[in-house]
Amino acid sequence: MKQGQDNVRKQFLGYLGAGLFLLALWQYGAWALKTPLLPTPGAAIRATLRLLHGDLGAHLWISTYRVLASTLISLCLGLPLGLVMGFEKKIDRFLAPLIYLLYPIPKIVFLPLILLLLGLGDQSKIFLITLIVFFQILVTTRDAVRKIPSETISSLRSLGGNRGQIYRYVLLPASLPDVLTSLRLSMGTAIAVLFFAESFATTKGLGYFIMDAWSRAAPDEMFAGIIMMAILGVGLFIIVDLLETLLCRWQHVNNHN
Amino acid sequence: MIEVTNCNLAYVQGTTSVKIYNDFNLTIETGESLVLIGPSGCGKSTLLYLLVGLLRPTGGEITIGGEPLKKARQQTAIILQEYGLFPWLNVEQNVRLGLKVRHQPKRVYQSLVDEIIHKMGLADVCHHFPSQLSGGQKQRVALARALTLKPDLLLMDEPLSALDALTRERLQELLLEIWQEERLTTVLVTHSIEEAVYLGSRILVLKNGRPTEIVGEIHNPQVGQKGYRQTSDFFQKATYIRSLLEGGTAE
Repeated sequence: MKQGQDNVRKQFLGYLGAGLFLLALWQYGAWALKTPLLPTPGAAIRATLRLLHGDLGAHLWISTYRVLASTLISLCLGLPLGLVMGFEKKIDRFLAPLIYLLYPIPKIVFLPLILLLLGLGDQSKIFLITLIVFFQILVTTRDAVRKIPSETISSLRSLGGNRGQIYRYVLLPASLPDVLTSLRLSMGTAIAVLFFAESFATTKGLGYFIMDAWSRAAPDEMFAGIIMMAILGVGLFIIVDLLETLLCRWQHVNNHN
Repeated sequence: MIEVTNCNLAYVQGTTSVKIYNDFNLTIETGESLVLIGPSGCGKSTLLYLLVGLLRPTGGEITIGGEPLKKARQQTAIILQEYGLFPWLNVEQNVRLGLKVRHQPKRVYQSLVDEIIHKMGLADVCHHFPSQLSGGQKQRVALARALTLKPDLLLMDEPLSALDALTRERLQELLLEIWQEERLTTVLVTHSIEEAVYLGSRILVLKNGRPTEIVGEIHNPQVGQKGYRQTSDFFQKATYIRSLLEGGTAE
């Protein structure tokens, strides 16, 4: 237990150090460039605190909601379908070519069409992010299931496990570490897509906030938006990390030598 | 009693069909400890997969206690090669999984699970994951999980092959004890001649090649007697099995 607390403290100090280092780098950049386009961290943080009293919090909330909703929808669709495609060879044979063709197409080019069809509100943003993250989760899950040794599945069958129990007790837990890794990587993509989608024809969300501040030539406000975007990214990253530690404890134990 | 009658099994390789079993016959008496020994790839493990119902014969019939084997049977337990443990479950969860998938209520099985974990000497590691266990401990977990199912037929696929000599001997003792105490019918597949003679009340020597054939049958009623490992009878049987495996002819 004590060792665990020590580790947490060490990790915390590590993150604190890294954060301070980045702030120092930013400060140095601001001093060196001497341009109003790059405010000092102090100015940006002051602007952030000031704007949080205004509507910055509402923009952060809208963006968070859009990313979380699309990630959850992607997970609810991609995970089960990936498990099925990885395990049921017949279904995979039918769907694999379709996925293979669709996966590499940059879905973001459909944004104009999606905006026309689903309107300018949340739906179009959530749909676009889901479209992108869904494929990543689907492909990772399917590949993770294919890696499972057939002996592991035989082992559950020999205990009397039926098909549903194979999904519940073997395929899902075995693929979970890979799924969470892909989720963590997709978070970066999701936020990038969110920014892009929010910078068009909308008045809500951090993407809009940043582009609006930019067009008003208010760099400290723009950086307030960027800081919020960064906090959103890091926050989601940490949540997935915690989920991984919680759900995949077996991956984090010291092996027998 | 288990009866394998005119059993056929083949797999397709390219355009040809390879016969693993061709009109194969075998009778296993209730309560006997049958050992199958033979070179790698002679179809020993396949026979266990057939007996547990994971594979279906393409022809012929298998009956257990007079009942034809149509699907996996509740009272048969199998210990697969590499132990068949689930890395994401700890020892206790692995041991009780068989009961869980059979929809037994927890209040019924928990005391049984605790008892077997104690008996197998796993109480200290019951919250460890398989990756934290030694080979011998993993084998005990696999055995414990099989025993929770209260089987009358226990099938084992090279259960001790990956263990060091001392652990192996200790577990051989344990298997003998379990066989004698629980009065199980056991079928064990092994590479080791010495293990075959030590654990088998009857030993079948299988030939390398397709289809599988039995080249020798050794009755071994002294199995389980104290100090059997040191007797001349033990060595004679081991030598005889070796000669069969090396392709010599029977007496």
